[in-house]
Amino acid sequence: RCLGCRCKGGVAMASTLTFVIVGQNDQPVYEVDLTGPKEQQAQYLHQFVLHAALDAVDEAMWITKELHLKAVDRFNNLMVTAFVTPGCARFLLLHDGRNDDAIKSFFTDVYDLYLKIMLNPLHTPTSRITNREFDRKVRLLAKRALG
Amino acid sequence: MDRASSTVELDDRLDRVGYDVGLRMLELLSYRERVMRRKPEVLDMLRFIHSTAWPHMFGKAADDLQQAAAAEDEYMISDYDLLANRFISVPKSYGAFNPGALVAGVVRGMLDGAGFPARVSAHYVEHRDRPKPITTILIKFEPTVMQRQAHIENLKKG
Repeated sequence: RCLGCRCKGGVAMASTLTFVIVGQNDQPVYEVDLTGPKEQQAQYLHQFVLHAALDAVDEAMWITKELHLKAVDRFNNLMVTAFVTPGCARFLLLHDGRNDDAIKSFFTDVYDLYLKIMLNPLHTPTSRITNREFDRKVRLLAKRALG
Repeated sequence: MDRASSTVELDDRLDRVGYDVGLRMLELLSYRERVMRRKPEVLDMLRFIHSTAWPHMFGKAADDLQQAAAAEDEYMISDYDLLANRFISVPKSYGAFNPGALVAGVVRGMLDGAGFPARVSAHYVEHRDRPKPITTILIKFEPTVMQRQAHIENLKKG
C-alpha cells in the first residue's frame, strides 16, 4: 500500500513502519520491522533515524506528563512518533505519516504487553525481549491499528 | 548474616532486592492510577512514593516528606515505625546497619526507573515525641537530576 509518496505510474513503493522499544542505557530491547524485508541501505538509515530521534525524545519527555509524545522528529519523509512509560521505557515508531490516534492506540496496547514482560522477576531492564508471544501479539496489534 | 561477609555487603544485597521490586512497582502502580501520567518532576515523584507507593506496601502513607535544610538535592521520607524494622533486633556487632535498606532499595529502584538516579539509604533517627527511633530514608539525587531540573525550570520561564 502506498501512503502519500510520489509513486510514478502505480509502481508500489515500500512503506516504512519500524517499531523499537528502547530501555535503559539507550539500548533497544525490542525491534520489529512491520513492513517486511528491505534493503540494507534502508535498514541502516532507519536505525540511524531512530537513534537520532532519542535526543528529541529526551527533550520532550521532561516537559510533559503525558505518556504519548506524538511526533518528535522528522527526516525527509520519515517521522518518528514516541511514547514513554512511567518507567522511562521509550516506544518509537518510524513511519511515513500514519494517523496519530491509531499510533497512540497501538502504543497503549503494546504498553500492556510490555508491562507483563517487565514485571517478570527474571527479566532485567537491559535484556532483550525474546518472548515469541510478545512478538506475535505486537505484530498483530500493528496490523490491526496501522495496516 | 550467613551469605554476606560484612554489613556493607548485607546492605548491598538488601538494596539490590529492593531495587528490582522498586522498578516494577513504579510501572505497575503508575499503570493502575486512574489517569496514567508520568512524573517528570522530582517533587511529583517523591509525593508518588510518599502517598501511593507507601500505602501499597504498608497500608498507609509515609509519615513525613522533607527536603534537607542544608542541601537542595537531599530529601527524607520518614516512617515512625517501618514495617521492615518492626520485628527485627539488630545485634550490636552490626553497628549502624539498618534493615530498612530493603525499603531504601525499593525507593532507589522507583527513582532510578523514573529517571532520577540517587543514593538512597535508611537511618535510625531519634525523635523526641517517639519512644523508639524512627526510620528515615535519605535520598541524595545525582547532580544530573538537579541539572536537568534547573534546565527545565529555565525552559519554562524562557
